[in-house]
Amino acid sequence: MTKPKTTHFDTLSLHAGAKPDPATGARATPIYQSASFVFPDSDHAAALFNMERAGHVYSRISNPTCAVLEERIAALEGGVGAIATASGQAALHLAIVSLLGAGNHIVASRALYGGSHNLLDYTLPRFGVATTFVDPRDIDAWRSAIRPETRLLFGETLGNPGLEVLDIPRVAELAHEHGLPLLVDATFTTPYLLQPFAHGADLVFHSATKFLSGHGVVIGGLLVDSGQFDWDGGKARGKFPTLTEPYAGFHDMVFAEESTTAGFLLRARREGVRDFGACMAPFTAFQILQGIETLPLRMARHVDNARRIVAFLAAHPMVDAVGYPELPGHPDHALAASLLPKGCGAVFSFNLKGTRAQGRKFVEALKLFSHLANVGDAKSLVIHPASTTHFRMSPADLANAGITEGMIRLSIGLENHDDLIEDLSRALHAAGKA
Amino acid sequence: MRAVVAGSEVYAYTGSRPVDAALPTVLFIHGAGNDHSVWTLQARYFAHHGFNAVAVDLPGHGKSGGAALASVEAIAGWIRDFVDVVSIDKAALVGHSLGSLAALECAARHPERVSQLALLGPAAPMTVSETLLDAAQRNDHVACELITGWSYSPGKQIGGSQVPGLWLTGNALRLLERTKPGVLHADLVACNQYSAAEASAAKIRCPALAIVGARDLMAPSKNAQRLIAALPDAKVVTIPDCGHALMAEQPDAVLDALRAFLYSVSPAT
Repeated sequence: MTKPKTTHFDTLSLHAGAKPDPATGARATPIYQSASFVFPDSDHAAALFNMERAGHVYSRISNPTCAVLEERIAALEGGVGAIATASGQAALHLAIVSLLGAGNHIVASRALYGGSHNLLDYTLPRFGVATTFVDPRDIDAWRSAIRPETRLLFGETLGNPGLEVLDIPRVAELAHEHGLPLLVDATFTTPYLLQPFAHGADLVFHSATKFLSGHGVVIGGLLVDSGQFDWDGGKARGKFPTLTEPYAGFHDMVFAEESTTAGFLLRARREGVRDFGACMAPFTAFQILQGIETLPLRMARHVDNARRIVAFLAAHPMVDAVGYPELPGHPDHALAASLLPKGCGAVFSFNLKGTRAQGRKFVEALKLFSHLANVGDAKSLVIHPASTTHFRMSPADLANAGITEGMIRLSIGLENHDDLIEDLSRALHAAGKA
Repeated sequence: MRAVVAGSEVYAYTGSRPVDAALPTVLFIHGAGNDHSVWTLQARYFAHHGFNAVAVDLPGHGKSGGAALASVEAIAGWIRDFVDVVSIDKAALVGHSLGSLAALECAARHPERVSQLALLGPAAPMTVSETLLDAAQRNDHVACELITGWSYSPGKQIGGSQVPGLWLTGNALRLLERTKPGVLHADLVACNQYSAAEASAAKIRCPALAIVGARDLMAPSKNAQRLIAALPDAKVVTIPDCGHALMAEQPDAVLDALRAFLYSVSPAT
């Protein structure tokens, strides 16, 4: 029997969106370090501006190097397209402002990256967009938080820093029952470990600074559209005028009519990137592409190292509550087995028994683990969330987000696992004597 | 634009412009399992350059109601009904794949209503494999995957969209997945059973254009040769390194071919 042709994930990681440069034959994707692009003639120029022809005009709106990266992440996620942004925060902002306006409301997991929490809890209310935060494991809490003016549900594939596994199928089903899209931050998992669209999510964004690039040298974000959400159908009808009503800022274009599947991306690019301007630089896109080429290899190694270190820490007398969903005691163990069979990533937290001084001693005694505010680097990292990434949160909010004073977050890199375990063992010993 | 044809509501994309009775009209007809959105780049151009551009969602497709029509002849009749309802006296018909056969049949049956005829990715016979027909009948996702796999040239299977940031095959797959149950199968049966192409081609009296992709696996260009030869006044544009999804793979080449053809009769404004 004839079977559909399938290009596998590893191959797409290397090739999707790219081809040898037609001008020079360069095999690597060139860095098109140009602000703007020449028009062949006046008619062509006008047609490009009015979206009658496809192509690049100005690198704030689109750029050939960035476009390769956009296609690549869309291919890996199983989406219809993507937009590269200046950072993961810019991607989250772009998703929200392309859909919501003053008076609208978001329901979000309370286990979010601190930066996302800042945007939703402190900044967006100034623009009339409110957010209700809910326990991501409590589907009834998600349901009861939805209001008539709600326009978006939002969570992380793996919560930060407690690794709460988002039950994407159930939350997506709930969202769709109400005519709402589900936006997912998939930074911790990457499409190698989890493809949220296959489980019902509608939009995905990444901080590409992390595992996608892997090298920790650039700041970048990616916003991906599944193309699955019907912005003008069923209970969604009337909820998303930015996509379903004429837009005076673009010759009365109705984006959901212009593209049945990718109307969201059209709006996000033609208004969101155009007006807010948080675009990605082509050199950044090039570096992220270099990282994605080895994403499958790196993620497998990240997970293998993480599993070994989780096992080491779980057995150590100075450690309690290692929060890794593959451990039988984790509240999301069964869900993780279903959604994340290839592993739960390489970022996790544990509680160090003892005083804050012992905690400081532990972090300072580490040699291979770098003490800094990032995750997903090829090198192993360590941080104390309560005093850094989540320091703006009140004690009550910290408790709600599952963050304790003694919590240490690790991001496991690609070093030899024996060397990492030796580093941790020595630091734990030093902390014990402090 | 919305209208009611044969008791069902119909949607047609017009490039955000009202239809102006003083302008010539080009009517775009999509292929199996698709909708108006496969045409928006080209249609938008003509809507802003001297034409009414009307890209319909055929019955049962996209935003149009009703049931999918069972034959190419039925779609041809529906096109005539549609232009009657929206008061278009005469139109250039531009059809893709199944839509090209419907445009051909409509032009043969109603020559007084058709000014020009452009056939994109035509074939006669437009044979559909049993594997694909069976999968479509079961509303099996494999049908969408097979069509997507056969519709793009090998180069474009790996990307390189002219529309920045668009993953072509993912987009094509999502559009097919939106097709209501039974609609794709009805479309494919209509393609498979249509046998009047050469006879109808011989009846065409208006200028005709065929645009074919040199790497078309879905409707191989060699299968279009007899149909094209039967057209009394036909030009052929072959787009190299292009598969069946012509408008998505090579939107500018398609637009340029259509511009040269349509403006040869209706001058640009």
